[in-house]
Amino acid sequence: MAKRKGKGAVLRSFALVFVIIAIIIIMSFASPVFMTSKNIINIIRQISINGIIAVGMTFVILTGGIDLSVGSVVAITSVICGYLLEQGTHWFLACLAAILISLIFGAFNGVMIAYVGFQPFIVTLATVTVGSGIALVFSDGKPFTIKNESFLAIGQGYVGSIPIPIIILLFVVAIGIIVLKTTTFGRYVFAIGGNKNAAKLSGVRTRRVELMVYVISALCASIVGLILSARISSGQPTAGDGYELDAIAATAIGGTSMSGGVGSLTGTVFGFVILGLVTNSMNLLNINSFYQQIVKGMLIILAVFLDMTSKGKKR
Amino acid sequence: MEDKKYVLEATGLCKSFSGVTVLNGAELSIASGELHALMGENGAGKSTLMKIIMGIYTKDAGQVCLNGQNVNFSSAREALDAGISMIHQELSPIPEMTVAENVYLGREGKKIKGLPFVNKKELNRKTQELLNEYELSEFIRPDMKMKDLNIAQTQMMEIIKAVSYNSTVIIMDEPTSSLSEKETNVLFSIIDNLKKKNVGIIYISHRMEEVFLLADRVSVLRDGKFIGCARVDETTPEELINMMVGRELEGGYPINTTPKGDVVLELKHFTRKGVFEDVNLKVHTGEILGLTGLVGAGRSEVMRALVGYDPLDSGEVILYGKPIKIKHPKDAVKNHIIMASEDRKTLGLILSRSIKENISVQNFEDLSSAGFINKPKEKKICCEYAEQMTTKMNGIEDVAGSLSGGNQQKVVLAKCMLSDPKVLIMDEPTRGIDVGAKAKIYNLMLEMTKLGIAIIMISSEMPEVIGMSDRVLIMAGGKITGELEGEEAKSQQTILKLALGGN
Repeated sequence: MAKRKGKGAVLRSFALVFVIIAIIIIMSFASPVFMTSKNIINIIRQISINGIIAVGMTFVILTGGIDLSVGSVVAITSVICGYLLEQGTHWFLACLAAILISLIFGAFNGVMIAYVGFQPFIVTLATVTVGSGIALVFSDGKPFTIKNESFLAIGQGYVGSIPIPIIILLFVVAIGIIVLKTTTFGRYVFAIGGNKNAAKLSGVRTRRVELMVYVISALCASIVGLILSARISSGQPTAGDGYELDAIAATAIGGTSMSGGVGSLTGTVFGFVILGLVTNSMNLLNINSFYQQIVKGMLIILAVFLDMTSKGKKR
Repeated sequence: MEDKKYVLEATGLCKSFSGVTVLNGAELSIASGELHALMGENGAGKSTLMKIIMGIYTKDAGQVCLNGQNVNFSSAREALDAGISMIHQELSPIPEMTVAENVYLGREGKKIKGLPFVNKKELNRKTQELLNEYELSEFIRPDMKMKDLNIAQTQMMEIIKAVSYNSTVIIMDEPTSSLSEKETNVLFSIIDNLKKKNVGIIYISHRMEEVFLLADRVSVLRDGKFIGCARVDETTPEELINMMVGRELEGGYPINTTPKGDVVLELKHFTRKGVFEDVNLKVHTGEILGLTGLVGAGRSEVMRALVGYDPLDSGEVILYGKPIKIKHPKDAVKNHIIMASEDRKTLGLILSRSIKENISVQNFEDLSSAGFINKPKEKKICCEYAEQMTTKMNGIEDVAGSLSGGNQQKVVLAKCMLSDPKVLIMDEPTRGIDVGAKAKIYNLMLEMTKLGIAIIMISSEMPEVIGMSDRVLIMAGGKITGELEGEEAKSQQTILKLALGGN
């Protein structure tokens, strides 16, 4: 009865890898375009947007929280960058400023949740609304056109033949895995999600850790804000709308428990790869985007259902 | 000839879970108006037996007869409808609903047939009738909200709920485990009342005194087997204990021979308004200080405030003669003041994580550098400590939630020991643990005193307080009402008197 946890996690990874391989095999027969390098790069490029947010989201959900405000952080980052670049600010300073403001935004979520004691769902539901509003007010509802070449490279450039967003994604995932697996902070994230009271009695600064995960989530969303603005060459006040749902979906498909304490970033990686593959496949197969939504929703239910039944067997 | 009188009779029950035999030929019979106590160590199969009777588990073999008829319940609802109900150890009413609504949950009468409007008046009236009948109307009213009731009152609601199903058999799982003395007496009079009304009661308990006070007969289970059944007036506690453990119990508690040293820790004027007031205490190296009192006396609260888990309004902590500030449990851990909580589920362990992670989470000071965990060291040391506590496990990657109560407690102790405690606070160290594991924990406590650790043991079990403590402090109503040492500390009457708040 001992290595259950290990076995369960390994089985789950196998299942997810199997799903990925199955999609790839089926699609390479179904569509001649699928296996072309152009399409593959396209998939990964799409994945990188959701993937980076999902990394931050995994931290939050592992503590038992949720962050619905990531979409508005993307928007705020986007308009601030757009505005500053239009003013002729150096691209690096513009990025830095946008990220800093996002971090303050994340810290506000964290303080309200960890120190004031609000429900994560309610706080971030409020801040996503406020944040979107701020982005609209700030930009007067109009996008800023971005022409700064150095900035645009973040979304459009390459290192060798690899698009920069993909490099950023790999970097964020790697850092995330290292933090969760090898640092005390990572352990505390799991501990708080598992049992916040016990963690506190063991001397874990639970509030600080909780605050930090919301800052991390905002940081990830902000990075996505930069990539997205650079890719579409504009500071969009409506950028990032609905991104929280894809990120939560990726986390859930990856097997992270919504009540916290159990899960992994590797699972989340499988989660957003599957979501990306499914979206791309449906596009290639010319499936109406309305149906795509239905399929994605079913996918989440299926994933959570499998999770529950595998846990049910353990009892 | 007595056979015919049994309301409920279970024979030859067997049950195994994934190859592990939990019950092997268990049996139990109960007559109308009888109280049949069921005893046995943790893991003896008492709960499984009850769950089979209640239809929560299906049996592998054997039979259950109700009023002479073979029955085979497939859900608790069926058992309830047939007149068997169970009052679980951990009660779970719906806090925002009233007593009446909880009693008739799922069976609310409708004002007009077919329309979903509940007839509240009727519910209240029926509940009140039952309360009157069982002489409980002075304790609870049908329109009280569950969240405003204490544990004893909640239990009364559960009992009323059970009788509202016209139950002929009521199973009570350690009903007194979280009741104060006074509340226990009320429960006992309710039980008398139930017996008079010919309800049969199966009473699971670890408390010998209760069994001898209440029961007509007592059955003992061990390792899933039926060991024996005896009339209470024909047996003795020693005999029952021997049946439970299957061997002669060697004389009582181990004796702490470690000489007491200097004062390690001193609390001065500890106050948290409305919870405890002006608490002063001292504890020496190598000493076991017993802290006792009735439930709600504020013992755990003082200790939780000491380690910075709960807030404190005023008071001083002096460690080795120097005042220290503890604002968060982290400060307590740094000062080697460690608390092993009574409540393993909510305060002691992270059940969803591994043994290793549970042990190390408190101790990264030594197991990490610059925020990075030294994994080989973590694994090695956690393994050492878990083994030192003789934790039964397949490996330290086992999920803590998969362990038995006794082994979970050992993991908690391993975590605490790794923090190199100078003062170790053990809150109810043996609650919910079987006899064998208890003895082991007592011996570990003596090992700790030999290392010069000062132990503050919070305990509600009188024999444990008397048997293990070098000195006893008694609390009542948030204040320390007495300090006993030597022979005085061996007198149950004196301790009880102080715990009740008198002089």
